[in-house]
Parts: sequence; C-alpha cells; structure tokens
Amino acid sequence: MGSGEGALFVRPDADGFREHVRRNKPHSPVDKRMSEQEAVGRFVKAGDYLATDLYGMVRAPMSLVREVIRQAPGDLSIAGQGGMDIDLLVASGLVRRIDNVYIGHEVFGLSNAYRRLAASGKVEVTEWTNAALAWRFKAAAMGIPFIPSRTMLGTDTFQKSAARSGPCPFSGQELCFLPALAPDVGLIHVHRCDKFGNAQIDGTGGLGFELSRASRRLILSTERIVPESAIRRSPERTVIPHYLVDAVVVARYGSHPGEMCYEYAMDRPRVQEYLKAMETEKGQEAYLDRYVRGVRSHKEYLELVGGARQMRKLEKDCRGR
Amino acid sequence: MRKVAGNGQRAAEGAAVSSRLTAHRSRLTGDYSGTELLICLVARLMENGKMAFIGTGVPMLAAALAKKHHAPGLLAVFEFGGTDPALDVLPLNVGAQQTFQRGISAVSLAEVMEAAQRGFLEYGFLGAAQIDPFGNLNTTAIGEHARPKVRLPGSGGGCDIGALCWKTIALVPNHNVQKFVEKLDFMTTAGYLDGPGARERAGLPRGSGPYRVVSNLAVLDYDEKGRRMRLHSLNPGVSVDEVRRSTGFGLIVPDNVGQNGPPTAEELRILRREVDPHRLYI
Repeated sequence: MGSGEGALFVRPDADGFREHVRRNKPHSPVDKRMSEQEAVGRFVKAGDYLATDLYGMVRAPMSLVREVIRQAPGDLSIAGQGGMDIDLLVASGLVRRIDNVYIGHEVFGLSNAYRRLAASGKVEVTEWTNAALAWRFKAAAMGIPFIPSRTMLGTDTFQKSAARSGPCPFSGQELCFLPALAPDVGLIHVHRCDKFGNAQIDGTGGLGFELSRASRRLILSTERIVPESAIRRSPERTVIPHYLVDAVVVARYGSHPGEMCYEYAMDRPRVQEYLKAMETEKGQEAYLDRYVRGVRSHKEYLELVGGARQMRKLEKDCRGR
Repeated sequence: MRKVAGNGQRAAEGAAVSSRLTAHRSRLTGDYSGTELLICLVARLMENGKMAFIGTGVPMLAAALAKKHHAPGLLAVFEFGGTDPALDVLPLNVGAQQTFQRGISAVSLAEVMEAAQRGFLEYGFLGAAQIDPFGNLNTTAIGEHARPKVRLPGSGGGCDIGALCWKTIALVPNHNVQKFVEKLDFMTTAGYLDGPGARERAGLPRGSGPYRVVSNLAVLDYDEKGRRMRLHSLNPGVSVDEVRRSTGFGLIVPDNVGQNGPPTAEELRILRREVDPHRLYI
C-alpha cells in the first residue's frame, strides 16, 4: 500500500454525509431566494472548505466569491482549481489550506497571488489533479468513501497528495485510491433556475454535476430566475435539482469579468486590469479595496465596472449558438 | 499576445483583417515564425481518425491545422468537456464557449477524463517548466515544494493526460538547459519514470507513455531499450551540436538523424487564413 504524505483536509465520512443530508437538506421545494449577503452569511463559516465551478474565467461564481471576501470568514480551505475566482480567494488572505489542482490563468500566465502566498510558506498545500478532483467529488456524490483510479501513480503529485495506492481486490491491478471530497460549501453559477433552485446550465458542465452533489451546503448564483413551469417543461435539462440547493442568489452578470457562454463575453480590459494589478502586493490590495471590499454588493460592483451599458456591450461581444 | 477581436467588433474589423491577410499572402512562401513551425510539427504528428486531448495554445492550433490539412476525422477534445467544436474562433480558456461551439458535445471534466481512462484518447499534449531524460515533467514548483522559489500552477490535467493518454507529446518552445534537466525539482507528470517497465509497475495503463517532444530546435523521441530521450529530427537550420548544448543531460544521438521540413506553403496558408486569421496566437 502506497501513501501520499500530503494532508487530508476533509476526511471521507459517508455515514456522516448521509445523516447531514437527511437532517439538513431541504427535501421539499421551498423558496430559497436570498441576497448574496444572507446566503454567504448563513452558509459560509470560518474554517470551512470551499469549492467552485467552472474554470478560469468561465462561469465562475465571481459575485459570490467577492461576497465571501467582503464577509471575510478566516481560516478557509479551498479546492484550488480555477482562475480568477480561486486567485481572488488566495489574494484575500483568508485561505490556509489548498488542495491544489491548478491555480493560474492559462494563456494569461501564472497566478502572482499564489506565487507570493506559496513562497511565504503560510499555506499548506496538498497536490491533486483535475481528474482526481472531479472523481473525489464524484465519490462523495456517490455516497462512497473513496474511488479507485489510474491517474497520479508513480509521480511526486501522488507523493504530495493524500491519496493511497494498492492492488485491485479483483484483478490485482495497482490503483490510485482517491478519498471522497465533500466540501462544506459549493459555489456554482448557473444560467437559470427556479426559486427552489432547480437549475439548468448551458454549455459544458465542468465540475458542476459532481460538485453540486458532493457539497454539504450549496449556494447557487443564477443569471435569472425562471418559473417552475419552465423547469417542468424540460426536466431533462435540470443539472441540479432543488433538493441539493441551500440558497439561490440572483446575480445577473455574476461571472463578470469572466464569460458566461451564450450570454456575455469576457471583459478583456477588466481582466487585463486585474492581472496587471495582481503583479504586485500593493496592486493586489488596491484591486481588492476598489472592486471587492470597496463595494457593498454585486449591484454596486456592476455599476463600478460600467453598468448596464458595458454589460450590453459584453452581451453583443458574445456569439450565439 | 494579440488582442482578441470581440464578435461585435469583428464585422467592423473585417476590412482591416482582409488587408492584413493580403500582407500575409506575400509572406506565404517566405519566412515563418517559431510558433508557426511548432504548430506545423505538432500537426504532422496527428493522424486521422484519432482523438486528441487538446489544451489552449499550440495544441489547439495544431489540431485545427491537422483537421484542415490531412486529418479531417481528428476529434479534438477539450479538458472541460467540449468535443469537436468548429474552432472558427479560437478559445483562450479550456472551458470557454469556443471549446464546444457547434461541437458534438459539451459534457464535463469527469466525462473527458473517464474517456481517457477507458482508452479513447490517443494524443495528449503537455507543456512543462522542466523535462527530464525519461520525459517526466514538472509544472508544480521550482525549489522546495513546501516553500517554493517559484510556485507553478500545478498538475491541472497534465498528470492525468500523462497517465491516461496513449501517446503524450511534450511541447517546449524554448529548448535550453534550464528546461531539459537531468533531475526535476518536482515530478508532476509521469513520463517513463525511471526507465523501462516502470510505468507498468506503478500501475499506469499498459502501452501508454511519452511519444515525442517537439521543441523549437528539434523533435525528440525515446529509445526503446532504455526509454531515454533521443534526437529524432532537427528543425531547419539547427545542428546536432546546438541541440546537445541546449540539453542539460546526455541525449542519445543516432547515426541517422532526420530533418524536419519547414512549414509548407499549404500549411502556412491554412494556418494564417483559416486557423488563426485574427492572429490571436500566431
């Protein structure tokens, strides 16, 4: 049996999860619409483990992340999978533990905030991979404590992970065992849902399917609320049924300055401004002060970045189907 | 990198773009950039009728070129679920709308990784800060892991691609002794680990592993016996000695080293006029 030496930040607890779900999840439909302040205030606590969907600057729950930083629950652990959403959390100083998958900006370069935090030694990092994270969520979603896989074997990524390795009981094949990951809080931005949280996503699902099922508490932000009848007309389009959802926050342009497929394009000048600011610690703090802590709500943020006029431009920049 | 033309702007920019295309046309038989060469070398490795795990940047352009040039049935799969998109506008992010626009499916990260684990993905492309003689890669950290001199993004899907695709191709646009090192600071992604049979012993899928390294100087492969990196063919105007000097470990150099042809006029025409007319990447 091989064993990674990285810290396991969330221990698999399949029975605990079952009991949590039975006790706390809203099994019958209730109106869960609330402000971002209320949603984050009620469902995100200091010491929590947070995870987000999707990736990079695409359908990221930016408005919720900004609200988390404003309310500043400290001592957070995060699934370090993402671009600007995760980068901002890292920059906020609230994060102490990271299950690292990928923190960076793809063609736009490295995350300077992460680079600074890692070099300071003030964060504990356990390494994983994209597949490992997806499958760890999947294991939690399945209600099982771990899932076998064929990735990570033989690498330092495995050594610095909290995975185990060993033979398959049936075939003898050497496997990598990934522990289920049930985050305290999942943050997912969707295209539309009803007031109960029955949600549809356009385009790729990213990690949304698995994360929504794995999360102990799930906050959805949505571009718009649709009537329940619209959901019931095409139930096959529901990716996240309401019983998984704890809060619904209406956040039009909630992924700004990132994109939302078929809705609005990435706000490139704003992204460039952000990346430039993040080059230095001073710039980073100035950015957080102005665009995150300096506004009281997503509504105020939108006004600050150009309001309805700019949003209409981004809608025009986005291609249809 | 050039600015992306937003779609609203695109019509207005049409005139400017076509005048730029005229300028390019005059260069078609002349010079080419290092990026263009890299894209062509990668595209030539991709056979028709296979599935390729594609990231943003060079692999995406190479897949688009291969599809339009010699491999119309090549299936480009993007990490976050987009499959076989039109790619008439290039994505800047592996989850972006362009990775599935008018494609055949847009499912999920798990779906794509599971397809790779089931054996569907022939090619996988990998970049790295460091590569060693066995094709192992580092994208995690330079220096100590606990307190790195430079913290890099991490595996992302790299370690998965290195584990699960049949043939992995490493891309190194700047071949030098800092990149090609005898020992990695951190082995994010498995190549041949420490030699023959090591992947299988570790439990990695049988018959999978590093296939080629494409750099700005040469294409490299691996010797069957020791699984160490070997010079396969030289890029135009590059000498064996230059590759040796730019590699931080002893490279196997066979008697008959091949020559990589420069981009053909046809490859450049497709690349500049059809694959990346807005010059986002090239």
